[in-house]
Amino acid sequence: MENTGSIDSLGSKRSSSRQPSVDSLSSTSTSRSDWSTHAAKPTFAMSSDNVSISTEFSPELRGRPKAVAKVLRDSKEEPQLLPKESVQDMAKDVTYICPYIGALRGTLTVTNYRLFFKCMDREPAFVLDLPLGVVSRVEKIGGASSRGEVSYGLVCKDIRNLRFAHKQMEDSLRKSIFEILMKFAFPVSNGLTIFAFEYGQVYPENGWKVYDAQVEYKRQGLPNESWRITKVNDHYELCDTYPSTLVVPVNIPDEELKRVAAFRAKGRIPVLSWIHPESQATVIRCSQPMVGVNGKRSKDDEKYLQTIMDANAQSHKLFIFDARPSVNAAANKMKGGGYESEDAYQNAELVFLDIHNIHVMRESLRKLKEVVYPNIKESHWFSNLESTHWLEHIKLILAGALRIADKVESGKTSVVVHCSDGWDRTVQLTSLAMLMLDGHYRTIRGFQVLLEKEWLSFGHRFQLRIGHGDKNHTDADRSPVFLQFIDCVWQMTRQFLAAFEFNEYFLITILDHLYSCLFGTFMCNSEQQRVKEELPKKTVSLWAYINSQPEEFTNPLYVNYSNHVLFPVVSMRHLELWVGYYIRWNPRMRPQEPVHQRYKELLAKRAELQKRVEELQREVNNRSASSSSERAGSPTRSITPVQTFV
Amino acid sequence: MLSSLGSAGGKSAKPSFVSYVTPEEIKSEKEPSRKEKHPDLLPGEVVFCSASTVLKYTQDDLSQRGVFGALLCTNFRVSFVSDEAPTEETGQLFKNKLYGENDIPLSCVDNIYGGYEDKKKLITGGLVKNKYPSKMIIHCKDLRVFQFSLSFSKEEDAKKIFQGIVHHCLEPKSLRCLFAFSYCENTSYPEVQRKKQTVMFDSVEDWIQDMKRTKGNCRVVSENSNFELSPKLPQFFIVPSNVSDEDLTKYQGKGLPMWCWSHHSGCALFKTASIPLVQEDNVPQTYMEKMLTAVAHNHLYSVKTEDLSDTLPAVQDILLSYNKFKQFFLIDNTTEFWMSDMKWFSSLDNCGWLDIIRQCLQKAVEVVECLEKENTNVLIMEEGGSDLCCVVSSLVQLMLDPYYRTLLGFQSLVQKEWVAGGHAFLDRSNHLHLKDKAESQSPVFLLFLECVWQLQQQHGPAFQFSETYLTVLSDSVHVPVFTTFLFNNDSHRDNILRAESPHTQRSPLNCPTVWDWSVQFDCKAQDLFTNPLYSEKPKQDTSVRKSYRPKHLRQLSLPSSAFKTPPKKGFFKDEADNLKKILGVKRLSRWMLSPSSESPQTSSSVREFYEAWQTKPLDYHGLLLPCLDGPSIRVWMQRYLRWIHDVQILGGGPVAMLSKVSEILGEVQELQRQLDRHGCTLTSNHKGARPRAKTASVIAARSSVRLSSSFPFVTSRNWLFKPAIPTSLLQSLMVTGMAGNLADREDDGGGPESLV
Repeated sequence: MENTGSIDSLGSKRSSSRQPSVDSLSSTSTSRSDWSTHAAKPTFAMSSDNVSISTEFSPELRGRPKAVAKVLRDSKEEPQLLPKESVQDMAKDVTYICPYIGALRGTLTVTNYRLFFKCMDREPAFVLDLPLGVVSRVEKIGGASSRGEVSYGLVCKDIRNLRFAHKQMEDSLRKSIFEILMKFAFPVSNGLTIFAFEYGQVYPENGWKVYDAQVEYKRQGLPNESWRITKVNDHYELCDTYPSTLVVPVNIPDEELKRVAAFRAKGRIPVLSWIHPESQATVIRCSQPMVGVNGKRSKDDEKYLQTIMDANAQSHKLFIFDARPSVNAAANKMKGGGYESEDAYQNAELVFLDIHNIHVMRESLRKLKEVVYPNIKESHWFSNLESTHWLEHIKLILAGALRIADKVESGKTSVVVHCSDGWDRTVQLTSLAMLMLDGHYRTIRGFQVLLEKEWLSFGHRFQLRIGHGDKNHTDADRSPVFLQFIDCVWQMTRQFLAAFEFNEYFLITILDHLYSCLFGTFMCNSEQQRVKEELPKKTVSLWAYINSQPEEFTNPLYVNYSNHVLFPVVSMRHLELWVGYYIRWNPRMRPQEPVHQRYKELLAKRAELQKRVEELQREVNNRSASSSSERAGSPTRSITPVQTFV
Repeated sequence: MLSSLGSAGGKSAKPSFVSYVTPEEIKSEKEPSRKEKHPDLLPGEVVFCSASTVLKYTQDDLSQRGVFGALLCTNFRVSFVSDEAPTEETGQLFKNKLYGENDIPLSCVDNIYGGYEDKKKLITGGLVKNKYPSKMIIHCKDLRVFQFSLSFSKEEDAKKIFQGIVHHCLEPKSLRCLFAFSYCENTSYPEVQRKKQTVMFDSVEDWIQDMKRTKGNCRVVSENSNFELSPKLPQFFIVPSNVSDEDLTKYQGKGLPMWCWSHHSGCALFKTASIPLVQEDNVPQTYMEKMLTAVAHNHLYSVKTEDLSDTLPAVQDILLSYNKFKQFFLIDNTTEFWMSDMKWFSSLDNCGWLDIIRQCLQKAVEVVECLEKENTNVLIMEEGGSDLCCVVSSLVQLMLDPYYRTLLGFQSLVQKEWVAGGHAFLDRSNHLHLKDKAESQSPVFLLFLECVWQLQQQHGPAFQFSETYLTVLSDSVHVPVFTTFLFNNDSHRDNILRAESPHTQRSPLNCPTVWDWSVQFDCKAQDLFTNPLYSEKPKQDTSVRKSYRPKHLRQLSLPSSAFKTPPKKGFFKDEADNLKKILGVKRLSRWMLSPSSESPQTSSSVREFYEAWQTKPLDYHGLLLPCLDGPSIRVWMQRYLRWIHDVQILGGGPVAMLSKVSEILGEVQELQRQLDRHGCTLTSNHKGARPRAKTASVIAARSSVRLSSSFPFVTSRNWLFKPAIPTSLLQSLMVTGMAGNLADREDDGGGPESLV
């Protein structure tokens, strides 16, 4: 099982004690990679357990049962195909230049979904299996070398680069396999469909039904006497990047909403994201006001924010958090944007959170990759890390979210959050604050709802930020905004080990499928587009896959403190680089035993003992029934079986 | 909701601070505590001086809040006794019986600063007579920071207490003045319990037993039991069997290879103090040659030697680095803390402390590789032979021998390598503040504990003891009560304890060792010393170590001429080839070898060794190797961050995991008990179920209080349930240079660019 690539590992948990935890947690959902050397026999033995588990619980991504696949696998050079996946080209004698093992010679297969490389010379066979969606760029390196080989480099979105070389084709008419690869790696640029639209696996649950705005708002107690659900955006006429269901103050009629929309960038009016169950303090999101150089004002907008403040009787103040550095916010005035002046908005206090824009973040990640891939630079690790500023950005985002959560929880004050357009930094902040405030979002399903709501329905532009199937890798719209958010979530899980129902593997799986283009979840830029493209009909949701085997993604230590508010510490002292994600390709950084393994063993032990106790109890009861007087008092209170969640 | 749990705050007549305790709560308890302002003195403890109306600032913030009380200086500690009634026992779970949260053992005082208006000056002792600062800041070796205002006290008192504290904490003193002696004279300390637990290595049997356990084959020397051979040699020790009687004393023990541990293959680890070689005199070299042959067991094994003085930082450098490092945690106020947060990572790099830890671990891995993979004997040496030799040899043993990863095993290891091994604890900690010893002060033992912590956090289930245990052990070094840390070597200890004995003719003074944990903590608190996730050794092989591998047997029977050369030439040199060339070379270290850090060959060999090990299935009772790559070596958060309010993760931190695990463990044990009981019912046999709830009960008892990441050191303070918002966010970001134009750009738009 080690050797099977992505899909295999997606479907199954590698829990062998010898296999690094990163593996089992994280690993390769999209890519099994460079460590086949490390994947040796015992794992194989272990995997038989998994087979039974996975066939029982989880439908496989691919059609065939795993056991069969395993028998065939070692003898086969091509991958197990998914439904509707087809081999596009195959080339023998391709060299993969692995940064950890060295040059490997094997067979390269390209399908409409993945790149699959297998080297049979090693024991066990080395396999590299990655969805083409992960590829950001393919480039030919140099011309034909002296040995008559051409070399190709693949830059991937998941913090690694791959390098291949193969003999120049004698038959010059034949296209190189890399040209085929280029075609299928960038279907959008080549007029092909993204694989998610073809993949037809059926799961027991329809993941598209995970989030229903009405249900979620109802959970929050909405509508109520101050807040109503409006249908004004039913056809995305008010704002084409907002969802159809919006929660707005009761006192503001739809007509006024339209006038407010005119004053907010892209029509993204302030709407409710979350309401505190007790204090009624709310988290409101929007885009920047169109103040411009002349300091334009809008009576409607001012009244609107006043109404939002009034809806919360606990406080006579409203905090407006502008995610940007104040300089940037001011600069936006030149382009018609800007920020709320405290003169115009009485009782409102404006706070800048100093979070940088998507370009700075992209550059920071690029530097981070330089520092960690393929090998960690020997000396000055911490200084190198600092120079990327990655954790500094993480800190600022978390600090911003913390301030928001603190105002809402401790200050009982409503907050308005925006940046420029309200779909990048804003959503990072609101969703993190909601994660701190509301334990529901810390469950596996709750987190899915959070993503569906704050990120997907409110128009975080996934298509643009990730560039699915698009070969234009220099596109300035690309940025690791979502990755940063998941990193922040990971930092929180590190600080509160028992507060999240999901584990690290869950987060990594989400990130892997952010790029894989296997599921429809992260396609398109807005709800409107998703509806138009009929995504729910034509593609499978990532949640269908995840919810079909929740045990893989469950944190065995989870304690349901749903009513606890979590305030993470946002000091650099407590932030650390997410090694399990950013450095997962480096075999040295993989711990040998999954951390959670031991907890799981404990839980298993408990379950086993429970069973035995019950059996004995039964036996005792039977005996005492037969010889009634023997028992003096009831021997023990029987422990009610505790729900085991693994 | 947490307000009533505080202990530091309280109501007072003074208006200048805020009370955290409601008046109603105070009333009931206030009266009794009013009269006596002394802490509960320990046996033999004497108050030197005291001052009342001293304000102790609460550490948490910038404001001038605090608590009034009396400040005392005794022969054991600096103690602050609050005017307020002690709040109930909430925070007392992990109470140290010797000193409380407002006490600083004198040896634990690291630095004292005087606050003169806005300036902060380091006090070095010998001050101008009539002067005293209005504010006194004490930095402790366990990283606590205390700030006292003396400006409300009577001038006379203030002066006295300040000078008293400075005198007793910073001025040179004799060993006899350390509290241990008056304490022990006044306590009848039961001797019984300790022997049966930790192996003390203070008897010849202990050594024989340890050698047997590891199947070593060397000569046990017991001739020095009364230091007849030399006071520089340990009471008991083990040397290669070919070392003759006269060799033992030749250079006062220098150059004498001391056995540390035997590998199951038969090869062994030795350490020695290197002999400074003088050019004219060839004797040491001949001696050294002889010793090496002895180590080689008459050429049955190849020998590798390593001079740690050449490859690891000097003790002075270790001190320098640590001094820089600790400053990051001795925080006077919140602003300072957040300011330093921005440059945290590069500061870490700059002080080099983590790098020293890495180097020590790496050296230990190199030695492990020799023993485990190449089966050569290894002789490590350095000047003195009792600093880095102790660090490296104990780390090697921890990595190779699971016994030392148990709590008792670990304590025995410290006894063997450090206490019996003659680490100069007294000089290294400079408890006596002797000016001429200032040079020799160095946190070498702490460095070792740091390395152990790294191993432990990488391979948690392999260790029976917990992180808390290590932290407490590191604190205990500065509690001048335990014989473990008060002396420089065996004969020093023996001399002093005999001299101090009240009954001159009889046994030496009976002092507790640090391993007598009940001196400091009650049983419940001691439960926190064990790791609930420790993977117990499977039952079948309780004491049997891995069987001899046949190939090594064969090796043992090789004729002496078969002094085989090891396959790899690393930093260690094979002495066989070199012995002849050696003569006439000035310093041993020269021919021993090339500093490993500079030799790429070595580090790549270690890499390969690690990678090869990594591919094998992990066995918590087998060889353990640490990952040494950048992100793997971390800061020991519990030890260093526990007192800093702003970084407490309320409701989070490792304790959250611990309590969940304990809960499950508790359930498992309860179930087990039920099973037993059912078994009893079925077989009608009466056996008491063993109550082993352990950590579970401790933490369960506290579940009502929300725990924080500094558990168990700070359980509950007067914490408002409010997050720490970093100040100085604004100055934070770079923005300059690099990001400049990117930062200015709009989120969207901007033409394509070639950044990638």
